[in-house]
Amino acid sequence: MTLYHSLNINEMEITEFIKHFAEQFDEIDSSKLNQETRFKELTEWSSLVALSIIAMVDEEYDVRIKGDDIRNSTTIFDLFEIVKSRVK
Amino acid sequence: MAYLRINNVAIKGVSACVPKTIRENRDSYKWGNSESFINSTGIERLHITDKLTCTSDLCIIAAERLLDELNWERDEINAIIFVTQTPDYVLPATSNIIQSKLGLSQDCYALDISLGCSGWVYALSAISGLMQNGTIKKGLLLSGDTISKFCASEDKSTFPLFGDAGTATALEYCEDVNPMCFCMHSDGDGFETIIIRDGGYRNQTSQLSFADKTYGNGIIRNRLNLELDGMSVFSFGISKAPKVVKELLGKIEKNESDIDFFIFHQANLFMNEKIREKLKLKPECVPYSLKDFGNTSCASIPLTLVNCCRERLKSSSLKNIGCGFGVGLSWGAVYFETSNIKCPELIEI
Repeated sequence: MTLYHSLNINEMEITEFIKHFAEQFDEIDSSKLNQETRFKELTEWSSLVALSIIAMVDEEYDVRIKGDDIRNSTTIFDLFEIVKSRVK
Repeated sequence: MAYLRINNVAIKGVSACVPKTIRENRDSYKWGNSESFINSTGIERLHITDKLTCTSDLCIIAAERLLDELNWERDEINAIIFVTQTPDYVLPATSNIIQSKLGLSQDCYALDISLGCSGWVYALSAISGLMQNGTIKKGLLLSGDTISKFCASEDKSTFPLFGDAGTATALEYCEDVNPMCFCMHSDGDGFETIIIRDGGYRNQTSQLSFADKTYGNGIIRNRLNLELDGMSVFSFGISKAPKVVKELLGKIEKNESDIDFFIFHQANLFMNEKIREKLKLKPECVPYSLKDFGNTSCASIPLTLVNCCRERLKSSSLKNIGCGFGVGLSWGAVYFETSNIKCPELIEI
């Protein structure tokens, strides 16, 4: 029961994270994005989007991510895990 | 936080000097669409020094003009602090040279401080701290940088962002002014966020220092060039700058609406606007000089005062907050009041 419950929360959190993630792009079909998306390979990816993601994480989660966190993440899930581990 | 409350010292004037040579980002930006770069950074052009002009030269000109307007005698100045990351020499300290070149007396206290974007706020705390008991009546804070000298022309993360400027801020012991208040911080864990790797004594200059290396898209530089981790600087700035301003407002028991001007270090428009929005500050209270000067390191706050607030500084009494953040990592905020101060027109040489 507890495990099931926490899985559900995780699922909800990642869905919300992907939604916030997608909002940082000027134009992107958010259904194109999922937790396995290798975000730096998207044609819409740019340094400005990277900064917007950092700002989004700061605003929505009150978490500070650095350049290395973006550089060391491949998928959206990788970044989500970093953010989650730092939520106060 | 280090909190300082300094009584009996007032800013009496501020001036700035920039080189007249301009580099237009619209013409010279070569890493994609220059308009979208200008839209996001807010930086249209930079003032760039020639090889022969040092930061101290710009600061000396700014100081001379300010002293003339103030009608202060050279031998009245008993303290000078020069804050920069581009001194004339590794040694001696540039403040000694400036003391002589400005014609100040040998009775002058002279000190260099090595800080960048937080430099003006830090140095203001240092010089006003020195002056608060009244044994030194008049002091000069010279704050400037010529960062363009070590930006690699093939590095998109620095070359189109940094301009050069020198400034002077005049301070006087006065018993009838409200205190200046400072909240100051440091985080050396982030020392590599903005760094020049070689040329100091941790990594002395060697032949390897001059070797150009490619670091991903649009970044080629050597180890004597400025290296800037834009993403980390950004996350640092948008988190720490709003926090320290709030901290300061709490300490001085004032609201945002009590403040006439919030003058932030000018990093880039995208970052500065995030900071402003987080603090819910009105645009008219947050001036920017980015468009014509870019990021001028520790000159950015006094340069913005001269460039954007000059008429009101000269003609009215203002409550101001200055906030510097950057290389170190180092950041701080200061509350200071001004009343009809001297503010000569921006000097171009």
